Amino acid sequence: MDLNELLEIAEKERQRAASVRIRCCTAAGCASSGAEEIKDRLEQSIKDAGLDNTVEVCSVGCMKFCGRGPLVEIDIPGVLYQQVSGDQVEAIVDALKQNKAAESGATPLDREHPFFTLQQPIVLENSGKINPERIEEYIAVGGYQNLYHVIHDMSPDEVVDEVTRSGLRGRGGGGYPTGLKWATVAKMPEGQKYVICNADEGDPGAFMDRSVLESDPHRIIEGMAIAAYAIGANHGYIYVRAEYPLAIKRLETAIKQAKRLGLMGSQIFDSPFDFKIDIRVGAGAFVCGEETALMQSIEGGRGNPRPRPPYPAQSGLWHSPTLINNVETFANIPAIVREGADWFASIGTEKSKGTKVFALTGKIRNTGLIEVPMGIALREIVEKMGGGVPRGEVKAVQTGGPSGGCIPAHLFDTPVEYDSLIQLGTMMGSGGMIVMDTETSMVDVAQFYMEFCRGESCGKCIPCRAGTVQMYQMLTKILRGEATLIDLEQLERVCGMVKATSLCGLGQTAPNPVLSTLRYFREEYLELLKDSPKAQGVASR
Amino acid sequence: MSVKTLTIDGVPIAIEEGTTVLEAARQNGVHIPTLCHLEGISDVGACRLCLVEINGSPKLQPACVTEVAEGMNIRTNTETLQDYRRTIVELLFAEGNHVCAVCVANGHCELQDLAIEVGMDHSRLPYRFPEREIDVSHDRFGIDHNRCVLCTRCVRVCDEIEGAHVWDVAYRGAALKVVTGLNQPWGAVDACTSCGKCVDACPTGAIFRKGSTVAEMERDRDRLEFIVNARKDHQWTR
Repeated sequence: MDLNELLEIAEKERQRAASVRIRCCTAAGCASSGAEEIKDRLEQSIKDAGLDNTVEVCSVGCMKFCGRGPLVEIDIPGVLYQQVSGDQVEAIVDALKQNKAAESGATPLDREHPFFTLQQPIVLENSGKINPERIEEYIAVGGYQNLYHVIHDMSPDEVVDEVTRSGLRGRGGGGYPTGLKWATVAKMPEGQKYVICNADEGDPGAFMDRSVLESDPHRIIEGMAIAAYAIGANHGYIYVRAEYPLAIKRLETAIKQAKRLGLMGSQIFDSPFDFKIDIRVGAGAFVCGEETALMQSIEGGRGNPRPRPPYPAQSGLWHSPTLINNVETFANIPAIVREGADWFASIGTEKSKGTKVFALTGKIRNTGLIEVPMGIALREIVEKMGGGVPRGEVKAVQTGGPSGGCIPAHLFDTPVEYDSLIQLGTMMGSGGMIVMDTETSMVDVAQFYMEFCRGESCGKCIPCRAGTVQMYQMLTKILRGEATLIDLEQLERVCGMVKATSLCGLGQTAPNPVLSTLRYFREEYLELLKDSPKAQGVASR
Repeated sequence: MSVKTLTIDGVPIAIEEGTTVLEAARQNGVHIPTLCHLEGISDVGACRLCLVEINGSPKLQPACVTEVAEGMNIRTNTETLQDYRRTIVELLFAEGNHVCAVCVANGHCELQDLAIEVGMDHSRLPYRFPEREIDVSHDRFGIDHNRCVLCTRCVRVCDEIEGAHVWDVAYRGAALKVVTGLNQPWGAVDACTSCGKCVDACPTGAIFRKGSTVAEMERDRDRLEFIVNARKDHQWTR
């Protein structure tokens, strides 16, 4: 495979594509509300209408408005239909014939709604547009050309430098500078090195990584290959949890296709660069998202974390230097190579560059996937894009999953970036964003997350294993109205201790939902205490 | 061989490169409490009792797996650390069913020693009284899961010194337990050589020799270190 052959595939694909397309989202969200059936009926209907030569029904990835699935988009007249049901199929085909929006049945979505207009797709640029199961469609939108460019026109150091200058930070949540991580692994002595894509997304309410994997799997493969070239690795792993069967299937398909075209394997693009990717399916343990536990799991061991240092960059998979990045981090790479570091660095804020994908869920009108530039105010996301809550008022937003915390409504003018969120006692996390209304009890929320952490603790270190159980019990006691002020003090003490002494990130951040709700909604805890008026008097500190 | 200079609790010391903070402290007469650490087997940094403060590091570091570095300023016994250690010991006592008066290891128990050391005479956290079983299917030994603190010394000693890997860890979180074989009764595990190294390694009365009565269980921990050194240096007498 050389560049001409690649461009030939792209050109052929562009010519092959029928002039009119009907796109059906068949990613997990829409699939769960019957998208496959809608797609089949559309195909049948198009055939019956004798349009199958000019109109193509395509299976595509996420079209973002997940709360309103199944979603169907038709090119002409450029309409996105929501909550399509089987009996609306005829109306959609009729509308297509008459070149206008369907008059009855199917409801089109307003493309001028801030939910769409405030988005800035980089990671999701192909999502919902291309068929994730056809490599040709990815190539037709410029895919794998960045890999070619990197291999033939850039030295590994230049690639690392480009990523460093872009200012990209780890999208898994920690926000560690990606370029620095790459440079560290690249500088390790030559020899066996590995690249790992962490696709073990497990936060309650989060589905960003799943959507990217289901909608544009080749993007991850290209991103990983570029990383492998930059650091001198020849072998990669994608660690994805078994709860994502569609993502796994599409990744497998993508890998097969890439191999078939010689874009994976030995001598890629007729260069000395070799690279292959294996998929490792995790059984679904939250702790396996922690890098040292993830590597243990890939090696076939029990997914327990170990103390760092040594960091994976020095001693990772089978003691070799290993680069671990999140799905979204890799998904940014092809765009950075294509458009350049300066372009990427011009988006976002001074210390948080680029965009971030969030899964907007909870008590909010518009549920779905959004990709917004860093620095956007939370208020824009919740009120404009999300459309606020159906009943009552917005009370808080939870970000960062079990490692994060709640941001109260009066702080919604805060820009969304790594450091500002940490100052509020929460974190970016991988991108879950759960909206809560005034009916939500924040103590309930804290208990929910503690129950999650209690169940997901691997049990290796005592503070996390036993501390989360104690914290859960104390929260239950408070919710039952059986606790006193002493229990609340005890809870805070144990929170501080678990945070400071746990071995890995899971334990160190497990108390965050409790601490953050205590910080902003302390009165809710105090109201639940026995003899609460007295408690309130004592605890006004 | 390179030598590093550092201070532990304000006292300057010089120590060989590659030494852990725990070894450095012990060689210089500074005591740091431990539970999952055992001479002769690998360290896992799991019990968190040996956490120390190191200048320049925002997080507490486990002394057992942290190597000394030039210019380190280590504090091993601050008030915060004392508080955390006491809470860890409380968490352990509240987690299992540790009734010293009827335990074979009473008076020879590392958990008991730790409680005395950190000044814990009762737990401020509620006892959980879990339902746990006892396995006495082995001819010579038994395990009482009520007394297990999940330090995994038995797992490591069986794997690393005996090479049998009879022990392992199963389940997670509050349900975590050590198991023999593939969670079979110990007596049914063919791989067990009945060497008794797990008995010697156990810090509490969890793994015991049958026939021991209350407060009778003594262990020869030096034996494990001796075996390791003997293999490494080919010296077979002591």
